[in-house]
Amino acid sequence: MVGVGAGGLASADMVLNIGPQHPATHGVLRLRITLDGERIRRAEPIVGYMHRGAEKLFEVRDYRQIMVLANRHDWLSAFSNEIGVALTVERMLGMDVPERATWTRTLLAELNRVLNHLMFLGSYPLELGAITPIFYSFREREELQAVMEEISGGRMHYMFSRVGGLRDDLPAGWLGRVAASIAAVRRRLPDLESLLVGNEILRARTRGVGVLSPELIEAYGVSGPIARASGVDVDLRRDRPYLAYAELFAPGGPGRVVVRSAGDCLARLEVLLEQVHVSLDLAQACLDRLAALPAGPVNVKLPKVLKVPEGWDYVATENPLGFNGYYLVSRGDKTPWRLKLRSASFNNVAVLGELLPGTLIADMVAILGSMFFVVGDIDK
Amino acid sequence: MTMTDLPMPRVGPLQEATPKPMRLILNWGRRYSLWVFNFGLACCAIEFIAASMARHDFIRLGVIPFAPGPRQADLMVVSGTVTDKMAPAVRRLYDQMPEPKYVISFGACSNSGGPYWDSYCVTKGVDQLIPVDVYVPGCPPRPEALLQGILLLQQRIASEQPASRSLRKKSYADRRAAAAVLSRPFVSAQDRERLAGAPSESDVSRGTSDASRGTGDVSRGTGDVSRGSTDVSGEA
Repeated sequence: MVGVGAGGLASADMVLNIGPQHPATHGVLRLRITLDGERIRRAEPIVGYMHRGAEKLFEVRDYRQIMVLANRHDWLSAFSNEIGVALTVERMLGMDVPERATWTRTLLAELNRVLNHLMFLGSYPLELGAITPIFYSFREREELQAVMEEISGGRMHYMFSRVGGLRDDLPAGWLGRVAASIAAVRRRLPDLESLLVGNEILRARTRGVGVLSPELIEAYGVSGPIARASGVDVDLRRDRPYLAYAELFAPGGPGRVVVRSAGDCLARLEVLLEQVHVSLDLAQACLDRLAALPAGPVNVKLPKVLKVPEGWDYVATENPLGFNGYYLVSRGDKTPWRLKLRSASFNNVAVLGELLPGTLIADMVAILGSMFFVVGDIDK
Repeated sequence: MTMTDLPMPRVGPLQEATPKPMRLILNWGRRYSLWVFNFGLACCAIEFIAASMARHDFIRLGVIPFAPGPRQADLMVVSGTVTDKMAPAVRRLYDQMPEPKYVISFGACSNSGGPYWDSYCVTKGVDQLIPVDVYVPGCPPRPEALLQGILLLQQRIASEQPASRSLRKKSYADRRAAAAVLSRPFVSAQDRERLAGAPSESDVSRGTSDASRGTGDVSRGTGDVSRGSTDVSGEA
């Protein structure tokens, strides 16, 4: 970061460039900030350094290959991304997915949500200057990644769902190992929690900082944990259920939507922490259900050339970071005519231009980190 | 602004003239003290972080991920997709590193473009920009693969055959970057006028004017902490 004074006046505005490269980030976001002393007057997020043209590439891939790229735009929510594509294509095809596949998908999506949140629960304190929590969160990540890897072969990009179901049936004894991992993570989570919300310094740096109002959230289409931290009670898992969420979020079920009202950085962090608990509950419920389900198929036999009938559809899912939508326009070919991607982080970062002005430069990193974005999800 | 032409920071003739036993000791020291500069761009950066965490822990191999910037680093790990918009920054930050410097390309995207091989905006391999010593394949590679890549690099340093050295001699030896290029002010006069005038104009819409002003605009990265203000006062 370098500050440059404009003109010769001592009180002149200063333009600060943050990024695009920053050693503490995975991905590149640039911010151009105009400062008046220590107060931010204007902030402009400059996106596009990670633009990989995924939407255009979707148009030259068939529906099985699209998942490879859909996996990768938000690399921390890979499974939720591939589910979105699969659901869109299945709905346009009018395809019914076996129950066993649906419950397994729900289980993997929730485990993926925990993995995603653990990453941010480790990296956010790192940005605030606390190194220790990331070691704890990565220990839990490795624990969960082991079971994800066992079933799919991948540590991050699972490629385990297919149009019409899953790639393979569950390995023998896998459910028991998942239960053991969930129990281990749950047992050790208080260690991480006490490092975060039990830490006075972290509370002091985040409480009352970067308050996001529900009006701004609606204006900018902010979604996910960030919206819920400001009291905007939306969660597509409950409001527009897909997979097996209708049952899980039914009254008496383990699903509940975590909401806070403060809207500051601390509230956003708390939402993330509590969602980890909820997701572990949901995963456990899926495990119990899967253990009770009889053996059966996990996918539907597909034709050799998979063509989606002409028409369009939009399917949105509640990804760990917010709404993730696919708008698919098909002209009856084996590739989509257009597949528009609505990703959560783009909207969540766009609001920074409204949120940062008026705050202090020292709080900038705290606010930026609390928006929980993945740069690939911004730039696609 | 007065332009000072400074040569790239490089190891002088003394290095070549060093007697072999001394070189042995130098290389021994170098390979176990690789301060790494993580060019974390995409998914692979997560696996890079995983490799630095307790389970895989590459610090035990002497790879230290606390370099404050490229100017203090020996090893650059490019992990993730290099896009054409990011490419000038990669090149510039590499240029800022002092010799001897090594590069590991981590993951399919930085090796060759990977799954984005036919994208209109992805650089098809970081070796188009900078010389690479070790390529780690995978999408993303496992942390163990990075450890293997580091071991391989250490062997090559010990036997004095890093690929980048010969590549640099061949393709980059005559490249002399002026100091002014590397320490160009972060905000140009045009930028300042624009910012003072119209605040909300989007950066995307003026892509062409950015490009015409060369690489500097894109690559105002970290590392230039101590520069900038003096340059601008000269310009203003």
